[in-house]
Amino acid sequence: MQARWVAGRQAVSGFPILSALVWLPILAGIAVLALGSGEAGARRGKLVALVASTVVFILSLPLYFGFDVTTAEMQFVERVSWIERFNVYYHLGLDGISLPLVLLTTLLTPLVVLAGWRVIQLRPAQYFAAFLFMEGLMIGVFAALDGLLFYVFWEAMLVPMFIIIGVWGGERRIYATVKFFLFTFLGSVFMLVALIYLYLQAGSYAILAFHDLPLTMREQQWIFVAFLLAFAVKVPMWPVHTWLPDAHVEAPTGGSVILAAVLLKMGGYGFVRFSLPITPDASAALAGVIIVLSLIAIIYIAFVALAQEDMKKLIAYSSIAHMGFVTLGFFVVFQIALGGTGGAGIFGGDGAMLALQGGMVQMISHGLISGALFLCVGVMYDRLHSRQIADYGGVVNTMPRFAALMVFFALANAGLPGTSGFVGEFLVILGSFQASFWLAFLAATTLVFGAAYTLWLVKRVVFGDVANDGVASLKDVDSREFFYLAVLAAGVLLLGVWPAPLLEVMEVTLANLLEHVQQTKL
Amino acid sequence: MGEWIRAAPEIFMVCAISVILVVDVFLPRAQRRATFYLTMLALLGTALCSLYYGAGERTTLLYDSFVSDPAGNVLKLFAYAIVALVFLYSRDYLEREGLYKGEYFILGLFALLGIMVMISANSLLILYLGLELLSLALYALVAFDRESSIAAESAMKYFVLGAIASGTLLYGISVLYGVTGTVDIGELGAYFSTGEGPQVAALLGLAFVIVGVAFKFGAVPFHMWLPDVYQGARTPVTLFISTAPKLASFALAWRVMVEGLGGLHGSWQDMVIVLSVLSLAVGNVAAIAQTNLKRMLAYSTISHVGFILMGFIAGTPQGLSAAMFYTIAYAFMAAAAFGMIILLSREGFEAENIADFKGLNARDPWFALMMLMIMFSMAGIPLFVGFYAKLVVLESVLDAGLVWLAVLGVFFAVIGAFYYLRVIWFMYFSEVEESAEGKIGTEALEASTALRIAVSVNALLLLAFGLFPGALLDLCGSVLGLA
Repeated sequence: MQARWVAGRQAVSGFPILSALVWLPILAGIAVLALGSGEAGARRGKLVALVASTVVFILSLPLYFGFDVTTAEMQFVERVSWIERFNVYYHLGLDGISLPLVLLTTLLTPLVVLAGWRVIQLRPAQYFAAFLFMEGLMIGVFAALDGLLFYVFWEAMLVPMFIIIGVWGGERRIYATVKFFLFTFLGSVFMLVALIYLYLQAGSYAILAFHDLPLTMREQQWIFVAFLLAFAVKVPMWPVHTWLPDAHVEAPTGGSVILAAVLLKMGGYGFVRFSLPITPDASAALAGVIIVLSLIAIIYIAFVALAQEDMKKLIAYSSIAHMGFVTLGFFVVFQIALGGTGGAGIFGGDGAMLALQGGMVQMISHGLISGALFLCVGVMYDRLHSRQIADYGGVVNTMPRFAALMVFFALANAGLPGTSGFVGEFLVILGSFQASFWLAFLAATTLVFGAAYTLWLVKRVVFGDVANDGVASLKDVDSREFFYLAVLAAGVLLLGVWPAPLLEVMEVTLANLLEHVQQTKL
Repeated sequence: MGEWIRAAPEIFMVCAISVILVVDVFLPRAQRRATFYLTMLALLGTALCSLYYGAGERTTLLYDSFVSDPAGNVLKLFAYAIVALVFLYSRDYLEREGLYKGEYFILGLFALLGIMVMISANSLLILYLGLELLSLALYALVAFDRESSIAAESAMKYFVLGAIASGTLLYGISVLYGVTGTVDIGELGAYFSTGEGPQVAALLGLAFVIVGVAFKFGAVPFHMWLPDVYQGARTPVTLFISTAPKLASFALAWRVMVEGLGGLHGSWQDMVIVLSVLSLAVGNVAAIAQTNLKRMLAYSTISHVGFILMGFIAGTPQGLSAAMFYTIAYAFMAAAAFGMIILLSREGFEAENIADFKGLNARDPWFALMMLMIMFSMAGIPLFVGFYAKLVVLESVLDAGLVWLAVLGVFFAVIGAFYYLRVIWFMYFSEVEESAEGKIGTEALEASTALRIAVSVNALLLLAFGLFPGALLDLCGSVLGLA
């Protein structure tokens, strides 16, 4: 048998579609920069950015429709030797875990470009170019099947993000962006050491080769910790989450959207792509720690969110709490396997499978919802230049269409059934029940606290009488703003009432992962 | 033709220097620019000699005191390229500041000759001769601006400390000669590879030699001269010191520690570990406190030296080739960084403070982007060559089982990232402001087209080597005997 990591399916037509998705935005970004920062250049640059990101989205659709859901193998594989001396390959491919995340990225980037369309006055060309660079690099992170290539994309992404927060951010932007950069950099360098170590053991940087690599418990634990540092900072998990409220609050709207919707997902993605399959035994041994940290994020951070005066900060903390569900879902798997209830659970699915699926759905759903909420805040901020809850009140009177959308996203954030927010949390809680009643109980408190802080936010901002002249002068969303919010609303609703298309794509891959994780490497 | 033809690059260089020296004296003032072109021509001719005569199997000649091998040849070629780049950057600056004299180029060529001799030395004495040739040329270069008292002070400091270092090295060599009865590097290698435990006297000599090497590298705790010299010398001179001589330092360490005293690896490994860790710690932490960019880059050099030394620690061909890759990458990064300082400087104004980069993105987005690439490359962020330099060094250290050292290395790399980020945030996040002297303006850069193109190409090279590091990695591996 040819080694599994070398095989995999090429794209049907032979067209290197993943490479196109990675490099097209980057080339477009260079074009935008080249068009110059003059007024005419910026206008053309904006157009190029919108067209390029839309083309990338359209190009990414065949990935979904051409995806074979019956196999856990990598698909649309491209593999070219890159650095021969270290056996590094330019190796791209997708499976059921990475495909949804790539689609999330390609969907959100054009919306972010639209969101910045009129608002960005300062060096617009650089702004749009930075987001295009981001898009290419983010797709690269999800599609990379070579550890070094993954790391290159993972780190290179810090460069445009550093610039985005620092140039177009709020008052404390420099503090926020440097903190963001150093936190994430510190986390990831240890991952680099782990990757090199794995390379020395496996003789290759192929991630799938790492999956099959036998490792002792001691090695696994160290590698797990190194990966944990990188991914926990990115997710972010309590207690290394402190960069996130700063970065989110200070970043421009588009930056917050990309941060919340895609960047945080890289942490979650890292856990399922690296930690679980490469160090299954250490993951099992240390699952308890991760679960406790996740519960702290879910419960404690929810209380922190309740106390916020700043809308963006509130949503930022709610992101941390929601990402807690992702890590909970991924690691509760081990408690279920150990607990041994096994067998067919509710819905005929295994509890562990439910938890894994829940974590994945939660990632996608949180991407849509938190992105949408940040865009909502952005819409209001563009009009009144304030993020303080106290400066608003009665927005529904002057912006009825906007209010309807914002309330919808808020309810989704609170986990209302019928929205995607419900599906992910529900699946994780269901899975957790098989591990322990109390675990599920604690996790389920989010349905109360999440509702509390989100609905209270809505009450104070949207409902009530018109609070001041600023609110009285508000104009409702124009068609551009309505469009990008409506697209996200449609996505949230679709996944909420009919998550099957998403679950179907992931099912075989996750089942395969689960099987792999349960085999000890010792 | 005799075997001596393999020394053609050095011979050609000596002849070329002599010709330029004479021609320069007789050139009328109006035609002094010719010196620059002659210098470039000399570099080109030497490069051709290296390509044509220098290439080939390893050969020793001149009674085994001189060696011509593929790795040395590659190092020399990179040294020519970097020196050419340095001269190109310096020309406008020197003319503008009224410092355009033939001596700058001639001393530079003498320094380069010293570097070439060091690279090709197969005897400790030849190595020492090359080192002295390099050092004396550099001392004179630092003092080159007679009007500047700071330059004179740093030249004095450099000379005194450099002389002590040379003395230390020479003393170490003499002890080794006393023990082994030879200064031939090949024979030394054979003597120490017998596997017998080394004599105490040999260890004494070894320690002195390592100190000498550390001094020339600027590794902590023998780094004191470096920040003062970097800051005190005129920018073109700092540019010179920070680039090509690093290749010579690498050659010195390689010829002495690996080829000559490789058998004592077990004895010098710990010493180099200490030097490396201290350099990383002191270099990175001290750089944070600097406001002068030249001084900051001096401390950053010290931290990079820590990484280069890390390559030697493993004592494997992989580690050696990693150190070589790092040195070459570093030379290009340093050249680009100092090139940017020269690019931003105007008549009577040195852009040597980090604050002088404020608002550069608004003034000139292209060169802000170039500086961004240079800084991120130095910080070791991927897509740029600096990342692969760190990667290969870490790989060699991990391969040797020194996980803790690798972890320490990346930890200090994160601390180091901070001060590179600061330059970027001054360029991008701070808006242009008029300083008290009105020197930091909104006006466009005044640099000449040639300088603009050279700096751009240099910075883009960092990106090109970052996207396709394979060729350079293979080159550094294959010339050092890696498959």
